[in-house]
Amino acid sequence: MARIIELLSPTPPGWGGTLLVGLLHSVEIAAGAFGLGLVIGICGAYGKLYGGPVVRDLLAVYTTIVRAVPELVLILLLYYAGTDLINQLLTAMGYQRIDISGLVAGIAVLGFVQGAYSTEVMRGAILAIPQGQIEAARAYGMSPGLLLRRITLPAMLPFAIPGLANLWLIATKDTALLAVVGFFELTLATRQAAGVTKAYLTFFLAAGVIYLLLTLVSNLIIGRIEVWARRGMPSLKEAR
Amino acid sequence: MIAQGTAPALKYTAQNDAAEAIHVENLHKRFGELHVLKGVSLSARDGEVIAIIGGSGSGKSTLLRCINCLENPTSGIVRVNGEEIRMKADSHGHTVPADRKQIERIRSKLGMVFQNFNLWSHMTLIENVIEVPVHVLGVKRDVAIAEAEKLLARVGLAEKRDVYPAYLSGGQQQRAAIARALAINPRVMLFDEPTSALDPELIGEVLKVIGDLAREGRTMVLVTHEMKFAREVATHVVYLYNGLVEEEGPPEQIFGAPKSERLKQFIRNIG
Repeated sequence: MARIIELLSPTPPGWGGTLLVGLLHSVEIAAGAFGLGLVIGICGAYGKLYGGPVVRDLLAVYTTIVRAVPELVLILLLYYAGTDLINQLLTAMGYQRIDISGLVAGIAVLGFVQGAYSTEVMRGAILAIPQGQIEAARAYGMSPGLLLRRITLPAMLPFAIPGLANLWLIATKDTALLAVVGFFELTLATRQAAGVTKAYLTFFLAAGVIYLLLTLVSNLIIGRIEVWARRGMPSLKEAR
Repeated sequence: MIAQGTAPALKYTAQNDAAEAIHVENLHKRFGELHVLKGVSLSARDGEVIAIIGGSGSGKSTLLRCINCLENPTSGIVRVNGEEIRMKADSHGHTVPADRKQIERIRSKLGMVFQNFNLWSHMTLIENVIEVPVHVLGVKRDVAIAEAEKLLARVGLAEKRDVYPAYLSGGQQQRAAIARALAINPRVMLFDEPTSALDPELIGEVLKVIGDLAREGRTMVLVTHEMKFAREVATHVVYLYNGLVEEEGPPEQIFGAPKSERLKQFIRNIG
C-alpha cells in the first residue's frame, strides 16, 4: 500500500505529477476538439438544412466518410498525411517546413471527426425547434445572423444537449487514441509510468479512475447546463 | 364574449384621405402547381380595420403572409407605408425579396400575431416583448422594459412578466403575443386567425384586446373566422373565395345584404 501511494505521489519519484500533466493535455485536446466540432457542427447543420445542392452534397460526403472510417484510422491518416501535406505545400511555395505541434494537430484531427457527428446532432436539434418561433423572428425583421444568435441557437440547445454531452464524453476518451501518434496525454503518460515502474495494474487502474472522475465532473456540469437550457420547458415530472 | 355588444357605436371610421398603410395589387401566389392567389388587391388606410374572411383554402392566410413576405408572392405589387417591396427571381426562378435590408425594415413595422402564438419558448414574457425593440430596433434596454411592462399590464399580464410561455394558457400566450406586436409600435398589425387555436372559453379575452386596439384607431388586417367580431370591429370586409376577392365592402353590407351566392351560403354555414 505504501508503495502504491509512493508511486502515485505527485512529486518525483512518484508518477502522479506525470499523470496529471497527461490529464491536462487530454482535457485541453478534448475541449479544443469539442469546440471546433461545435463550430463545424453549426455550420454543417446550417449548410445541410439551408445550403444549395453542392454544399449539401459536400457535407453529406464529409459526414458519411468521417462516420464510416474508424477513428484510429482517421487519426493516423490525418495526422501523418495531414502534416506531410501541409509541409509539402509549404516547400512547394518556397517556405520552410514547420513542426506542427501535437496539441494543434490533435485538436484539428479530433475536431474534424467530432464535427461530423456534431453536424447531425445540431441538424436534428434545429429541426426540433417549433418552426413558428423561427417564423415569428423573421416576421419581426430579424436578420439571419441575429436570428441564429437570439432564437435558433438557444431554442435548439435543449434538443442538442443530450447528443452533445455524448460527444463531449467521447472526445475526452478519444484523446487516448492520440497516444499512437506520440502525443503526451493521459494514456501515454500512464504507459510510460507503468513501463518504467512495472506497476501496470496500479497505473492503469489510476488512469481508469481519473477518466471516471472526468466523466463524473462533466456530468455534473452538463446537468446544470441542461437545466438552464430547458428553463422555458415544463419538466416531464410535472406533466406526469 | 366581453364588451362586444357596445362596439359598433365606438367604431372608428377611417377618412378616405388617410394615408395608405398597405397596398396590395394583383397579387398572385403559386405553390408549385397550386395557384392559391389569383390576382388579389387590397388596401388598408390608416385607422382602417380590414377583415379578411373566407373558407378553408380560400387563400386568406396566404394573402396576409404575402404582405410581410413570410410567403413570397409569385407576382403582383405589395406596398407598405408607400414603399414597394422590391422582388427578384432567384437561381431557381422563385420570386424572393431583392433587398434583405428593405424587407427586414418593412417587417419591423408590421406587428404580426400568429394563430399558434409563436412566442419564443426560451424567453420569459418580458423578454419576449423587449426582444425586437432591443435587438432589431435598437431601443435601450431599460426603456424597452418600462414600455413592455406597460404593454403587459395593458393585456392583463403584468404579474406574469417573468413566466415562460409554456406555463400559460393559450389565451394568455396570445395576449402576450399581442403585447410583443405592440412593442414595436407597428404601423399596421397583422392578425392571422388569432383565436383559431384557442379553447372556446379563452377566445373572448383575446377578442377583447383586439377589439380595444381597433377602437383606438390602430390600423389592422385581420384574418378571422369570428364573423360576429369581424362585423363589430371591421371598417371593411373582404370575402375571399378560391384565391379571388368574391365580394368586399363595409361589414353592414357584407353581413347584412350579401350579393354573391357563395358569400350568402358561407355566412349561412358559419353563422
